[in-house]
Amino acid sequence: MPLEVEFRKKLREFVLDVSFHAGDEPLAVLGPSGSGKTMLLRAIAGLEKPDAGSITLNRRVVFDAARHIQVPARERRVGVLFQNYALFPHRTAGENIAFGLRRLPAAEREARVAELAQQVHIAGLETQYPRNLSGGEQQRVALARALAIQPEALLLDEALTALDTHLRSQVEQQLLATLESFKRPALLVTHNIEEAYRLGRKLLVLTRGTIAAFGDKEEIFRHPPGLEVARLTGCKNFSRARAVSATEIEAIDWGCRLTVPNAAESPISQVGIRAHHIDFVEAKDASAGSENIFPCWLLRSSETPFRITLFLHLHAPPTGSSSPHLQAEVFKEKWDRFRTRPLPWHVRLPPESLITFPD
Amino acid sequence: MEWSPLWISLATSLVATAITLVAGVAAAVWRENRSGPGVAIADGILLLPLVLPPTVVGFLLLLLFGRNGPLGKLLMKFGAVLVFSWPATVVAATVVAFPLMYLTARGALEQVDPHLLEAARTLGASEWRVFREVAIPLAWPGVLAGLVLSFARALGEFGATLMLAGDIPGRTETIPLAIYFAVESGEMHRAFVWCGVDLAISFVLLAGLYRWTKARTPWRARWVDRNAA
Repeated sequence: MPLEVEFRKKLREFVLDVSFHAGDEPLAVLGPSGSGKTMLLRAIAGLEKPDAGSITLNRRVVFDAARHIQVPARERRVGVLFQNYALFPHRTAGENIAFGLRRLPAAEREARVAELAQQVHIAGLETQYPRNLSGGEQQRVALARALAIQPEALLLDEALTALDTHLRSQVEQQLLATLESFKRPALLVTHNIEEAYRLGRKLLVLTRGTIAAFGDKEEIFRHPPGLEVARLTGCKNFSRARAVSATEIEAIDWGCRLTVPNAAESPISQVGIRAHHIDFVEAKDASAGSENIFPCWLLRSSETPFRITLFLHLHAPPTGSSSPHLQAEVFKEKWDRFRTRPLPWHVRLPPESLITFPD
Repeated sequence: MEWSPLWISLATSLVATAITLVAGVAAAVWRENRSGPGVAIADGILLLPLVLPPTVVGFLLLLLFGRNGPLGKLLMKFGAVLVFSWPATVVAATVVAFPLMYLTARGALEQVDPHLLEAARTLGASEWRVFREVAIPLAWPGVLAGLVLSFARALGEFGATLMLAGDIPGRTETIPLAIYFAVESGEMHRAFVWCGVDLAISFVLLAGLYRWTKARTPWRARWVDRNAA
């Protein structure tokens, strides 16, 4: 594998202990703030020294604690896109891009800068100082600057976080195209679930310094290997559970029995469902007694422009001190169709959408 | 009128400021990312000339560089005597001005975003290049402030200079000494002229540095219309 990482580093609150390989494709590193994501990037870039382990980049050992190898950052050829871009404010955009190209003859260097500026769509802005560039332009200059050294790997620390929402999707599309043509290991650190899913081919989930999940992103989202990963990938509803038959479990916190596809497979102690997987059905379907359908009452709701989150109480009308059992997320169009119906409404928890956890 | 104090003052201040610049920035860089009791003690010693009265600094320097002082003896071995010579004015001015340069340079370097230095390293820059092309240009306004303070302090130096270099007209008599001894001997007219000269030097120097800095740091301009040619 082009990038092999296996190291330990003691941080203030926990130990960052990671071991993974990355191929020539974008790998999204997802984790809450303070989970060690940035430290992971810094160690690969050579800006921090781990306590133990080794890092190998294209068969070149850049760090090995046992053999006392610590190749300095300047010799690693790892392109880093810092969270706030870290553009040199006293250099123009073009000079920023050219910073790592000092060994080239002037004419060649200029041609290369022009080519890179073209590639990231900032041609014509080379003479501007960073402070005169918009956030999106600064990000692209930083990307071009990192690409200029023809890095053997690219590390992006929250590359899109600092951008306005309306800029983000456009910059993201360009970033995707750039990464597509990069064809070397690229690590994208982010705390944004959707960004991680869109940008990464594979996904690595980091919690408190350890790898909670690593592999194919679709697989991790569909079958999160643990509660923590489920929560980090956006799952909002959990209940303690125990198996009662080959096809049924009891969801203790939700006060109901649920049909699940794999009740007997392994010991089950928790069950979860993503907010947008909860279905609303009409009362006539509910009375037919089909599986996993329960009456519910609305406790409160929270709106975004296109979607609404409904906090629901199951089985009985809520009293003053009730807390919601479930939160469901639906598009406004759908919400408009049943909002006027009398309570209780009926939710269906589709068996294939229920995620079960051993503990 | 004898103009030698002007040239002596200018030469002394310029040389002292140049030494201070190099030594002060070097000390500030050395101090960065370091801590511990040793560093705190070193800090104390480096800053001592700022808090001690100049006459005390001059007296201590006299003890160090005098006939029986450790440094004085060392120089003797090379056949050199510092006390009451022109270089003594430079030593006195340098020692007194040094803390100002050191303090401001330290503050300025600490203000530079460490991510910028790291970015430069990941782009293949050597530590020297990181320092010269990123740290110093960004810390420049602060370093410049230190430079101005040091020069002003060196130009105004009186007590330590008098102790170490004495008042030898044409050799160690700087403008402040000339003013003092002019007043002492009742030559008020001469004292006035030297005060005016001092004022003029300071003004020209400050204005010049301001313009130079502005020309050197176009990236700090408040807002530049990027459509303008």
